[in-house]
Amino acid sequence: MFATKSIADDLAGSPTIKGRSLWADARARFFRNRAAVAGLIVLLAVGTFAIVGPFIAPWNNEDIDWTVLGNVADGGRPSFETGHWFGTDALGRDLFARTVQGTQISLLVGIVGALISVVVGTLYGAIAGYFGGRIDNVMMRIVDILMSIPYMFVLILLLVVFGRSLLMLFVGIGLISWLDMARIARGQTLTLKGKAFIEAARATGVRPFTIILRHIIPNLLGVVIVYATLLVPSMIIYESFISFLGLGVQEPLTSWGALINDGAAEMTNGTLWMLAWPLFFFVITLFGFFFVGDGLRDALDPKDR
Amino acid sequence: MFVYILKRLLVAIPVLLILIVFTFVLMYAAPGSPFASERGVPPAVLANLQAQYGLDQPFHVQIWRYLVALLTEFDFGPSFIYRDQDVNSLIAQGFPVTLTYGFWSFVVAVLVGGALGILAAVRHNTWLDYLAVGVSIGAQVLPNFVLAPILVLTFTLWLGWLPGGGWQGGQWQFVVLPVIALSTSFMASIARISRASMLEVLTSNYIRTARAKGLPMRHVIFRHALKPALLPVISYLGPAFVGMITGSVVIDIYFSTGGIGQFFVASALNRDYGVMMGITILLGALTIFFNLLVDVLYAWIDPKIRY
Amino acid sequence: MPLLEITDLTVSFDTPDGVVKAVNGMTLSLDARESLAIVGESGSGKTQLAFAILGLLAKNGRAAGSVRFEGQEILNLPETALNKVRANEIAMIFQDPMTSLNPYLTVGDQMAEVLILHKGVSKRDALDDSAKMLDAVRIPDARARLSMYPHEFSGGMRQRIMAAMALLCRPKLLIADEPTTALDVTVQNQIMELMADIQREFGTALILITHDLAIVAGSCLRTLVMYGGRVMETGPTDALFEAPSHPYTRGLLNAVPRLDIPQDKLLTIPGDPPDLTDLPAGCPFSPRCPVSHEPCATVMPRLESFDSARLRACHASREAVA
Repeated sequence: MFATKSIADDLAGSPTIKGRSLWADARARFFRNRAAVAGLIVLLAVGTFAIVGPFIAPWNNEDIDWTVLGNVADGGRPSFETGHWFGTDALGRDLFARTVQGTQISLLVGIVGALISVVVGTLYGAIAGYFGGRIDNVMMRIVDILMSIPYMFVLILLLVVFGRSLLMLFVGIGLISWLDMARIARGQTLTLKGKAFIEAARATGVRPFTIILRHIIPNLLGVVIVYATLLVPSMIIYESFISFLGLGVQEPLTSWGALINDGAAEMTNGTLWMLAWPLFFFVITLFGFFFVGDGLRDALDPKDR
Repeated sequence: MFVYILKRLLVAIPVLLILIVFTFVLMYAAPGSPFASERGVPPAVLANLQAQYGLDQPFHVQIWRYLVALLTEFDFGPSFIYRDQDVNSLIAQGFPVTLTYGFWSFVVAVLVGGALGILAAVRHNTWLDYLAVGVSIGAQVLPNFVLAPILVLTFTLWLGWLPGGGWQGGQWQFVVLPVIALSTSFMASIARISRASMLEVLTSNYIRTARAKGLPMRHVIFRHALKPALLPVISYLGPAFVGMITGSVVIDIYFSTGGIGQFFVASALNRDYGVMMGITILLGALTIFFNLLVDVLYAWIDPKIRY
Repeated sequence: MPLLEITDLTVSFDTPDGVVKAVNGMTLSLDARESLAIVGESGSGKTQLAFAILGLLAKNGRAAGSVRFEGQEILNLPETALNKVRANEIAMIFQDPMTSLNPYLTVGDQMAEVLILHKGVSKRDALDDSAKMLDAVRIPDARARLSMYPHEFSGGMRQRIMAAMALLCRPKLLIADEPTTALDVTVQNQIMELMADIQREFGTALILITHDLAIVAGSCLRTLVMYGGRVMETGPTDALFEAPSHPYTRGLLNAVPRLDIPQDKLLTIPGDPPDLTDLPAGCPFSPRCPVSHEPCATVMPRLESFDSARLRACHASREAVA
């Protein structure tokens, strides 16, 4: 005990030691990563497009431009004169407005789906990891079992049985994607559990769920953020997949997957813009999320330091 | 080893049963009769139809009959839409197609992806490495339903080299595009995983020991580094298999290959519960079986796993 | 002709934070059958020195200078030429026996491949020899253990296996990099005894790299003290322990806890190990040195001989150090 005082004195006397929080450190590392910053800019641009788009679009996404109908291949091509900046779809609806709308839905499904799965997965994994033993065994066994099921078919089954709605899509996609998160959270919790501050909390009689919420979860945050960022694009891919099959969002609502499907169906008619625009937004957004996710991982992962 | 396999089998069987029961309950709980969509069916005829398919029976009788037929005769029951077809005949029609291009996609993804990833790691920071990284990043944003139209656009509409759809009994021209479309994203993932794990293995202490022993580089890589580097790839094979089965739906729809996915989507749109249930259970069983294989393979390679 | 002659060896690494200079102009020579301990705290460059000799530096590492083995230059040889030297002439034992053996191959396979490759013997003969060698390092029931995997052995056993593997080709020089660091104290002694036996029985020259002065005293005739990638002093182990001629050696010796003298607290050398990206122009130890004076920070002292067999690099007089 007598040594403590002198160390404290030493620390107080040394001006070089300055508190730099972990997060500030990570932020600095993130902004040094050029690909990640570029990805962030792209994502901000796409987000702005989705929010501001409806206010600047000259056409409504549901209105049919009767002047181009029947002559979409020619009159419906992208042009500033007609106000169809991205052209029209095969039914003569403005593609700009529809792409804005599709972007909103796809981003929404991606983010909400990722949130659901992150919340469920983190809690599940933290609980399994914290309690350990038989509880952990059973809980992780369930995850293993669920992982070996072709979930997309089950999700489609759910959509068919309970009707296709946006809510069902959110819940369904979110609930099948928490498995990986649960595994990651459990692994991290296991290493955290041995740390002194958890032992201290336990020794002073803090209740298990309080420990999980107050001490474990905040320390999982880094991993969770990284994983959530990487989860959003896979959610977008899932949603687009289902919409591509015509089982996702219902007209007049649309999403990138549905738009890509529509565009691909019209490919042979020389109206390539119908495929190109949604594809472009889909691709750059996925790139954006992947680069930001990788950047965050490099910034938050203490392994490389 | 034998005991290990047996143990895993004992776990797999209840999982399969749960899947079957879950699917059945879901179908049973579905609102409305499967025949309700046909308008103008007189109630008497409807009741007759229900009785004919055994749908007027209580739940436990129905599920018992289904399980018994399925487990003793592999009978997936009737289709509720196509009166003259049962699920077995649809599967017999579509499954060989799915299996053919699925198999080739799997082979391409694993071999090309694995080779690319390992070469990239061994030739770290050369053009080959950059190519592999570029391909795997690019393919990340090109899932099969995006890649399929792009492939058809390029190879069918512009270049005219390959047919953009059809099956024709599986002649190679008809298989190429489906295989590329289905395998690319998994190939890229495998390349990324194997590259990362090979890079990590190559910096490990035991590789340094192997080099200090004066072993030629080729020997170091093939005998010392390959096995541990492939372990993460093997763990990924299960998810990749599930992904490919899911992706086959897109392939069937887009290329009209006539595989099992086509029937699945058609039945989903028609609410043909019998077919949906049958296909889900079949693919679930396949997945469970495949995961079992992967586990055994993993245990066989990694001496640290005790059975 | 000395067995190993290192002249003006430098090792540096390109990292995002700048060039790390791990070894800076090392010079040493070692005769056949001789044993030399290289001592220094972590970060003194002793491990990288060993890796440089066998061409095992990480990819971002560069070595310059000269390393001659039996008169032949071996520094920066192409991989194929180096492979004839490795294990065959110079063998190495690594710091961490838990990770230095390949966990996916049996011990027998890992040992046999050395002989198959260097001596061209059949697998059967190679396994026979391997079993004999395991016997020699006192692993009981050696034959049966050949088919076991590394994780089935304890740490001390694995280090014995590493030693056996290193000796298979009867190398002329064995470099042991902190062979005891990762082991329990009781096992440490056994391994050090094994090292001494190996030297006696096989007539191998030994370079023992360690930060632990306690194990040096009984095991090596000569000791070399390294700091900041440079030689601080070298000489016969007994003389060096008796009368250290360098303030760093003095500090190291003071830091060894002793039971025979009553001590209030553990003595340490104040300050941090040197920042290898930013070494002072002069003596690397000068920022921590108690007798540092005018030229120390700017001018590197030369290695000068005294008492016939000893060398020291220090501006301070020997009296000032003592």
